[in-house]
Amino acid sequence: MSERLELPHAAEDIALLERTWAEPRGFAGWFFHVDHKSIARRYLVTAFVYFLIGGVLAALMRLQLSRPDNALIGPDLYNQIFTTHGTTMMFLFAVPVMQALGIYFVPLMVGARSIAFPRLVAFSYWMFLFGGIFLYTSFLLNAGPDVGWFAYPPLSEALYAPSRRADVWAQLITFTEVASLATAISLITTVFKLRAPGMTLNRIPLFVWAQVVTSFMVLFAMPAVMLASTALILDRLVNTHFFDVEHAGDALLWQHLFWFFGHPEVYIIFIPGSGLVSMILTTFSRRRTFGYLAIVLSLVSTAFMGFGLWVHHMFATGLPQLGESFFTAASIIIAVPTGIQIFCWIATMWSGRIHVKAPMLWILGFFAIFICGGLTGVMLAAVPLNTQVHDTFFVVAHLHYVLIGGAVFPLFGAFYYWYPKITGRMLSERLGRWFFGLFFIGFNLTFFPMHVLGLHGMPRRIYTYPTVMGWGALNLAASIGALLMACGVLLFIVDAVSALYAGEIATANPWGAGTLEWATSSPPPGSNFPCPPTVGGREPLWENPPDQPVVIGLRTDVRDVLVTHVLDAEPDHRLEFPGPSIWPFLTAMATTVMFVWSIFTPWGVVYGSLPIFITMVGWFWPKSAEEGGTQPWPIHHRTLPQPGEAPAAGGAI
Amino acid sequence: MQSVLAPAGTQSSSIYSLWSLMLLASVVVFTVTLLFVIAGLIRGVRRTRNEGSPSSERTLGRAVAAAIGATVTILIALLVASVWTGRRVASLHASSAVTIEVTGHQWWWEIAYDDAVPSRRVTTANEIHLPLGRPVVLKVTSRDVIHSFWAPNLLGKRDLIPGYTTAVWLQVDRPGVFRGQCAEFCGLQHAHMAFDIVAEPEADFERWLDGMRQPASEPHGAIEQRGRDLFMTNRCAGCHAVTGTAAHGQVAPDLTHVATRSAIGAGTLPNTREHMQAWIKDPQASKPGNQMPANPLSADDLQALLAYMEMLR
Repeated sequence: MSERLELPHAAEDIALLERTWAEPRGFAGWFFHVDHKSIARRYLVTAFVYFLIGGVLAALMRLQLSRPDNALIGPDLYNQIFTTHGTTMMFLFAVPVMQALGIYFVPLMVGARSIAFPRLVAFSYWMFLFGGIFLYTSFLLNAGPDVGWFAYPPLSEALYAPSRRADVWAQLITFTEVASLATAISLITTVFKLRAPGMTLNRIPLFVWAQVVTSFMVLFAMPAVMLASTALILDRLVNTHFFDVEHAGDALLWQHLFWFFGHPEVYIIFIPGSGLVSMILTTFSRRRTFGYLAIVLSLVSTAFMGFGLWVHHMFATGLPQLGESFFTAASIIIAVPTGIQIFCWIATMWSGRIHVKAPMLWILGFFAIFICGGLTGVMLAAVPLNTQVHDTFFVVAHLHYVLIGGAVFPLFGAFYYWYPKITGRMLSERLGRWFFGLFFIGFNLTFFPMHVLGLHGMPRRIYTYPTVMGWGALNLAASIGALLMACGVLLFIVDAVSALYAGEIATANPWGAGTLEWATSSPPPGSNFPCPPTVGGREPLWENPPDQPVVIGLRTDVRDVLVTHVLDAEPDHRLEFPGPSIWPFLTAMATTVMFVWSIFTPWGVVYGSLPIFITMVGWFWPKSAEEGGTQPWPIHHRTLPQPGEAPAAGGAI
Repeated sequence: MQSVLAPAGTQSSSIYSLWSLMLLASVVVFTVTLLFVIAGLIRGVRRTRNEGSPSSERTLGRAVAAAIGATVTILIALLVASVWTGRRVASLHASSAVTIEVTGHQWWWEIAYDDAVPSRRVTTANEIHLPLGRPVVLKVTSRDVIHSFWAPNLLGKRDLIPGYTTAVWLQVDRPGVFRGQCAEFCGLQHAHMAFDIVAEPEADFERWLDGMRQPASEPHGAIEQRGRDLFMTNRCAGCHAVTGTAAHGQVAPDLTHVATRSAIGAGTLPNTREHMQAWIKDPQASKPGNQMPANPLSADDLQALLAYMEMLR
């Protein structure tokens, strides 16, 4: 690095490079940002805010259920609360927060200057933000969805849900699916085409693999739920009869479509979590991840199998036994790839040199909680047992063990792990331990008793229960546990906010990690890497030789990126990326107007499409050649060093 | 009272055995795996320099392969146990079975005992009587949204789906009253949609069923007479049926023998005079959102109506 800075004019070139990649300042400039780090920071903060609101809703439910025959919250509000809680956590927190980490770190980890399609990612963020605002505005107007996060018809049909509440749910799905599809496409393209030279397929970091696999799952799973929710809106808006039993519709059709999305959704949340475990565990074990290939194949096979077991959500509907057995087998066998990953992680720890820091604590907590959730998952795969515990608090316990254990624990680990990279400051190790302790104990106190409650006959989604059922004590324990979790999260917020100003300054690589996001300053500059790196091993910062070449020859006066080949990441061509733009914001605004309008009248689709068309024209208006119209630049192979070659001497960056 | 862990039927006992097996396997797997995590952690924390020799990697590889082999073996064993239990639970011994139709409504259960002779058909609500030791077939469906029939001591859930009628069987081996409740979210009063299953010896069951086949008894006293008139002239009869009278309403529970039932409002309140009085006056107070409107009756009228209700045995 120091050698390059001594090149003639290097300092001026870097300054120009940073001006080229800088985002507009000021309030108005805020709406123009397309930098993936800027968008991802917003995505993370917004998703975390939705997580907090969803948590407040959960706390209200725990308050209501803390004692029998409680009259604090009536059924009408309670149904809105649990529906909005589930919808928020699935659609506005779990999936987006993982994608947000992908938006921030995938380009950095593959050594790219930008995410692919940065404006599309900006559009994705605005759709996500507006979707959440739409949901919570409705909630505050007493129009929060109240038909469950799964919205089974006929309960969600106009006959039984005549108000706009079910429409709000269905249209929120559209918002979030548009957002996650856009991000998925950008992430896949980034990983396939923007990897640093030398990052062949078998050197892609495991978190990046997890993001690719997840993005493909998004591409195949989300259309199913968009189809279903659109059909539901059509049923409600223009009297189609997709799910209307009275007119030869079918109530079970919805369940197949919904769970064809809904089960993969669980893996869309868990697979990035497992990617985080691989990254953090490897860093703090100070050795290469054991069984890299096995872990990658596990991720891919989990993604395939994840689409073949949706029926285990429907075992109580009375399907033929032979068909059910197939889905039992599939649901049980999917434990194998997950088991493989867990054994590889244990082997990594077994042969590593472990430093237990705050991020690693969350990974250790992950093992205890996720394995427990996985085992109850095997129980749920068994049809006879499933028919007993399905739709009871046992399942509530199971799903929180899997999702909080499998995704939120690694996620909090990732917050501690990557906070220094994002902000340039360290979080407090001491508060981190307190947070972990409170959350871990609170979590188990909240959710473990729910297994027992379910076995003792407590169904889900009931707003109250009689004293004679004897469920009071365990429910009270669960509510106290929720309080502990809330205290932990509060500590984290205090830590995260105060560390912004008072935290210890972070170095470029405070944990001594091996992947490329640590090869640049904390926080990274607008261009990510003044000189994009090349890669000579799976953990480049550990394994690259000292004379590892860097990419030179990219222009500094435009947003020039290096495009590489899919399989072996050989340099292919240079491409100029678009700069800041207001159009993603305006397009998202126009789309929002159309989406909201269309729940009131079908004409909203017709007239609401016009502003979208106009903003799309603005977005795609071609640039003239003088303005630097986008052309792939031919590359001169002499200026682009190949992996393994000596760094090119001299020349501009 | 309502528990998977206190099985009283053939079905639920098989499932309980499967649960015990799975619990055992899970506890063993959890403990062993977590011990390895802890051991790995301790080794990793104590180590001061990297090993990384090819031979130690090979040893680790063999250990991981062995763990995967053990996982697959355990999972296949559990799969076999699951399918085997599933066959036992699903196989139907149709001969001499009692057939009961269960229809879900927002938020109560319509129960019908079919009979070849239409006049011997029995319709009731929220309370099912069963003979001990005899297979019973439940034919379940729904009139409005999806519900789920679940009596954990006796059998697993079966969804009640409009447009579908499915059959599930059970057999009760131990006398008793077993509570169950709706397990599929079905709207505002999903929490108050319970039922009782009364399992009794064959003779008691036949006696009960015979009683249910009788039309409502004629009122004796003047007050009961007045109560019946109120029932017929007020809106009660528009929704409720009382066999042998002009009340033929089909949208609410059949009240022909309401006084024999143990609860009001699908398990919302115990069936006592004061609770019935509170219920008739304002059903929305204890079960907000249910379909029955409040009935502003004078105190005298209410007492008369209650007297009539109490004689519907």
